[in-house]
Amino acid sequence: MTSAHVDHPMLAPEAAPPALQPVTPRRARPAAVARRLVPYAYLSPTALLIAVLMVVPIVMVISYSFRDNVIVQENPVFVGFANYTRVLTDPEFLTALKNTFVFITVSTVAHLVLGLAFAMMLNTPLLSGVTKAIFRIVYILPWLFTIAVIAVIWRLLLDPAGVVNYVLGTLGLIHDGVNWFGDPGKALWVLTFVNIWSGYPFFMISLLAALQGIPADLYEAAAVDGANPVQRFLSVTLPQLRPVIVSMAVLDLIWTSQQFALIWMTTGGGPLNATEMLSTYTYKQAFSEYEFATASASAVIVLLLTMILAFFYVRQQRER
Amino acid sequence: MAVRAARLKRLGAVTAAVAVALAAGACGSGDSGDASSDGTVTLEFAQWWAPELPEGSFDKLIADFTAQNPNIKVKLLSAPYASTKQQLVTGAASRTLPDVVGLDGAWVNDFAKQGAIADLTPLMREANYDASQLASQVQVNGKTYMIPVVNFVYPLFVNQDLLSKAGVSAVPSTRSEFLDAAKKISATGGNVKGWALPLDTAVPNGVQNDVMSWLWASGGSMLADGKPNLTSAPVKSTIEFIKSLNDAGVIVPGSLTMKEQDKVEKFTTGQVGMVIDSLAHINLIKKNNPDLKFTVAALPAEDGYTGQRGMPYASWGIGIANSSKHKAEAFKLVQFLLSQQTNAQLSTLANGFPGNKTAVPDFSQSDPLFKTAFDIYSQGYPANEFVGLPKSEDLMRSFAEQLQLVLTGKQSVDDALARSQEAWSSQM
Repeated sequence: MTSAHVDHPMLAPEAAPPALQPVTPRRARPAAVARRLVPYAYLSPTALLIAVLMVVPIVMVISYSFRDNVIVQENPVFVGFANYTRVLTDPEFLTALKNTFVFITVSTVAHLVLGLAFAMMLNTPLLSGVTKAIFRIVYILPWLFTIAVIAVIWRLLLDPAGVVNYVLGTLGLIHDGVNWFGDPGKALWVLTFVNIWSGYPFFMISLLAALQGIPADLYEAAAVDGANPVQRFLSVTLPQLRPVIVSMAVLDLIWTSQQFALIWMTTGGGPLNATEMLSTYTYKQAFSEYEFATASASAVIVLLLTMILAFFYVRQQRER
Repeated sequence: MAVRAARLKRLGAVTAAVAVALAAGACGSGDSGDASSDGTVTLEFAQWWAPELPEGSFDKLIADFTAQNPNIKVKLLSAPYASTKQQLVTGAASRTLPDVVGLDGAWVNDFAKQGAIADLTPLMREANYDASQLASQVQVNGKTYMIPVVNFVYPLFVNQDLLSKAGVSAVPSTRSEFLDAAKKISATGGNVKGWALPLDTAVPNGVQNDVMSWLWASGGSMLADGKPNLTSAPVKSTIEFIKSLNDAGVIVPGSLTMKEQDKVEKFTTGQVGMVIDSLAHINLIKKNNPDLKFTVAALPAEDGYTGQRGMPYASWGIGIANSSKHKAEAFKLVQFLLSQQTNAQLSTLANGFPGNKTAVPDFSQSDPLFKTAFDIYSQGYPANEFVGLPKSEDLMRSFAEQLQLVLTGKQSVDDALARSQEAWSSQM
């Protein structure tokens, strides 16, 4: 099947010239036209994939968001911006928006700080190679687990009768079992913590690579100028890392805003909507309420918000 | 600029040509379920049952069917419950449902309203089918859209060791006995509590199995004439009872985000004395903790209640796609699965109770607790008012959220019920 699909574009240029002939009689040399079309034919599999996998679904979702009762009824009617009004005035959506903002900003900042701290530790000449190798493995572990495993591990650890409460209780830090995920006041912070835990190694690895790429001459020059370690960090390390840090931060903001599996498998958006995010809100609209139109409107809003971030990412990449 | 525009145009033309060719190819290959030249009909049957049964056993049953009906072939589309659900939701939307579909009562209303599943009543009439042998039928506006093939009930599971350790001699049969037993079990110390209440809103079926079950066990109803009736005295007394359990501190902490599997896990490890759970979990519990001494019982009813007790259930239901070209053949498969012999076999394999009243499952090979449960089931009646309701999962979720507010002291029982009534009324 696949080969048959790929074959079509190769046939297209040969089939095209006769159709073009009567329209452009003066430069109607079939060979020349065919030659000009060849590059596009080579591009067409990719163009087709992009069209089928990205353009078509996005356009469909956008068109759904302007109609009522899509998917569940055969002839949905055009309702303009009604779905958007409904979503934007829904208190649950506003809660989800606020929670998502807290979740992604705190996660990204913490990822960055932890990632940088651990990367600098793994890059320091003060530790031996073996020690660094051991720590490198330990630090990267969270990244090796899939989200499902991470969710199960932390649900067990943070159970009111789980290991964390037991350890804290034994140390005398708490008296009663703390309800980590079940307490509306704590759930969002606990969830953010788990997300930080699962995501910092990617920052660490990328920053470590960037650190290793900073020329040693710069540090030598700074040392000659009498700069202390803090000054060297602020004036050499940070400026050198800046491009990497900015792109990682923007990417992380985008990725974290799309986090769904971890939230769904730990709190499901509860308790009392304390961890409701844009992703879980959209999912519930679609697969629990079967309101695919409002779900599409919500998804389009998320797309627009993400595009703002993507715009900064692309601009920053271009500057480099 | 003109050159660039012309190039873009050409690129567009090539892409469009390829897309059209591909789309035409895709359309040509997507057809299924057609009769072949020799008159053989192939039925597609999507369900989540085969993965939950002993390996190969469902294929064997279907092989029996095709042996009896040589002109019908059956293609099984087996996937876990959640994937089957998503597949059917999208299939219903695009009118591409398989000919025969496994259904959960919670989906029926939505699928029926979309016109995705067929009214089975005329099919039964055409086939001269005797519907009186069916234990139940799921109807929307008086038309049957689903027939439960196997039912799984949710009795009260009781840890007998914890009960005797707490000094309670008999399994509680009334709400006050239950509260008393739960208090005594919680007083035995450690992390042990009397009862577990999973109220997670990702999969909010705790409202059906662990909350409304108390209402049905006392013969109550959350509906009146098909409309929500949540402010009635029986519903109020049920929610007040659950609040009293919460106030007494006998519920396992963390119930606001607890999932069904956590409840089973905690019962298996002896951290909770009593839970309402699916009979299907008996084997799992025994496998994970062979030493656990437990029994099953009817759900406690209101003090002084003497009527029949409703017991929540979930079903493996069956329906036929409206878009199927072979409805008569599809109904033959439905008939086969609900026949006395096959239905008894399937129920035995699934550790469930048959959808055909005349079928008797064989408990000789299974755990004696199934026999106990079958007796309780026979004395009461299967009760699940969420079956056939529109957007039932969403109804459960909105109720769970209101109940969470009650349990965290942010709202009174009356306010919660009034708000739920309002939310349900607007949806139903």
